[in-house]
Amino acid sequence: MAALIQAVQVTRAFGGLVAVNSVDFSVRRGQMKALIGPNGAGKSTLLNLLTGITPVTSGDIIIDGSSIRGRPAFHAATLGLARTFQNVRLFENMTVIENVMVGCHSWTRQGIASGALRWIGHWREERLIIEESHRQLGRVGLEAEAGADAASLPFGKQRMLEIARALAGHPQVLMLDEPASGLSTRETAELSSLLRQIVSEGVTVLLVDHDMQFVMDISDEVTVLDQGRTIAEGTPEQVQSDAAVIAAYLGTEPN
Amino acid sequence: MLRGGKALLVLGLLLLLQLTVDPNHYVSRVLLLSCFSVMLAVSLNIINGYAGQFSIGHAGFYAVGAYTGASLSHFGREWMEASLGLASFPAWLADSAVLLAAVVAGSVAAAVAGFIVGLPSLRLRGDYLAIATLGFGELIRVIFINIDRVGGARGFSIAPINSIFWIGLFTVGIVWLSRNLLNSRQGRALQALRDDETAASVLGINITSYKVMAFVLSAAMAGCAGALYAHFDGYLQPDSFNFIRSIEIIIMVVLGGLGSTTGAVIAAVVLTVLPETLREFADYRMVIYSALLVICMLVRPQGLLGTSEFSWASLRSRGKETGGGLA
Repeated sequence: MAALIQAVQVTRAFGGLVAVNSVDFSVRRGQMKALIGPNGAGKSTLLNLLTGITPVTSGDIIIDGSSIRGRPAFHAATLGLARTFQNVRLFENMTVIENVMVGCHSWTRQGIASGALRWIGHWREERLIIEESHRQLGRVGLEAEAGADAASLPFGKQRMLEIARALAGHPQVLMLDEPASGLSTRETAELSSLLRQIVSEGVTVLLVDHDMQFVMDISDEVTVLDQGRTIAEGTPEQVQSDAAVIAAYLGTEPN
Repeated sequence: MLRGGKALLVLGLLLLLQLTVDPNHYVSRVLLLSCFSVMLAVSLNIINGYAGQFSIGHAGFYAVGAYTGASLSHFGREWMEASLGLASFPAWLADSAVLLAAVVAGSVAAAVAGFIVGLPSLRLRGDYLAIATLGFGELIRVIFINIDRVGGARGFSIAPINSIFWIGLFTVGIVWLSRNLLNSRQGRALQALRDDETAASVLGINITSYKVMAFVLSAAMAGCAGALYAHFDGYLQPDSFNFIRSIEIIIMVVLGGLGSTTGAVIAAVVLTVLPETLREFADYRMVIYSALLVICMLVRPQGLLGTSEFSWASLRSRGKETGGGLA
């Protein structure tokens, strides 16, 4: 299967600190892939590079055949990429459903004149947006809160809302940055089943987390990052028994 | 929403006012001045409220529209009369044609200015953007002081066209457009980038072009108001577009509730009518006015309406709720 996302020799330096160092990384279409590693390994930085929020220092990132190097951040979304953030970033002054409606931006087309003058195309598209937003809210179990202020939701629901917002854009790939952190055991289980369902619908998922248990349960393939470099890659079983991974997580015995 | 029936109702009402009310009566003058305030506050609300940028040079766009519209009607009327045969039209029709041409020219000129000012807003945020837009506003004023063709510091006199109908129509139109924008794809994109630029951009929203769009649109509306204002008295002076004017517009937007068009409308009317009703206090007028502003901000720091909007639908559903409670 062809790689949907391909990072080629990607490096990102912040001043003297090399957060990501010549990493080769790829995600195949239809996969549930995980990116793990101890704190400070460069996971979030790599995710920011893949979504074009942070520009690469060197190397290239190719999404579905086209490079996003030097392109503005919104460009990755037009290639079918969606993501959530480690510390949930909602539009806090908007309602729950409005947040999801913003998520529909990438596949809607009505121009400013159509919206401001209330042309027929506006109404037609608005109806599609509202239908789609309700569908996404129903999927993450937030249908009842549609009219509430996004900021008033409890943390676990804010996470789910962020996922619904990302899915409303009909992405090819959904990237989740530590989706399980701060969730209760029950919420984590719900998240796992939601992610399985999303993958079964043909969406590729890339998970970034350091919760080993959660990741090992649901991923097809795992890449382990430590100090900006890839140290292991393979199935969850292979990675779990890898000496370098154990050393990175637990440290090595002093000689 | 303003379709068919309501639009006709507004047109009819404005025509009736145009035909029966003296536009130069004290009360109608104050109300017409409120219309200009409404247009300015509602348009600034698009930049400061919807898009969350901080512009304090709105009087600059107003001035560009006013001087462009005035110049067109002053220097171009003869040409229009000759080439379009306006002279043979009835006076009201010729006046309306000239006024509309001035409004279009003023809006376009202000939109261009908005585009030029919008560009730095891509790099600047908060206080820095505020200072840049303040600089723009003052720059415009100084430019007009120094153009002798439009009167310089003495002011610019043109033939006035004071029309309740057109001022009212454009005021209603701008409020309508602004409300529509709020609940549209573009309006939601603006609010999204106000709340979180990074999150908005990963959803495919081009932050740069939306910020520029907000400036262009808002400036065009202010320019339209300017062109109408130029013909209201037929006299323009650079000093009426100074920094204080910009601040007055900001106060209206903040007092009404940043992001609320309804709030901007109410605050614009109140803050235009209030200084007039306080005239009986003579010397203490501005003291009372300022004190009221301070009290308002202390009691309701989020503005009169917060971010909520008036709508007939919500009014009806509220009526039902209370009705249900009684039954």
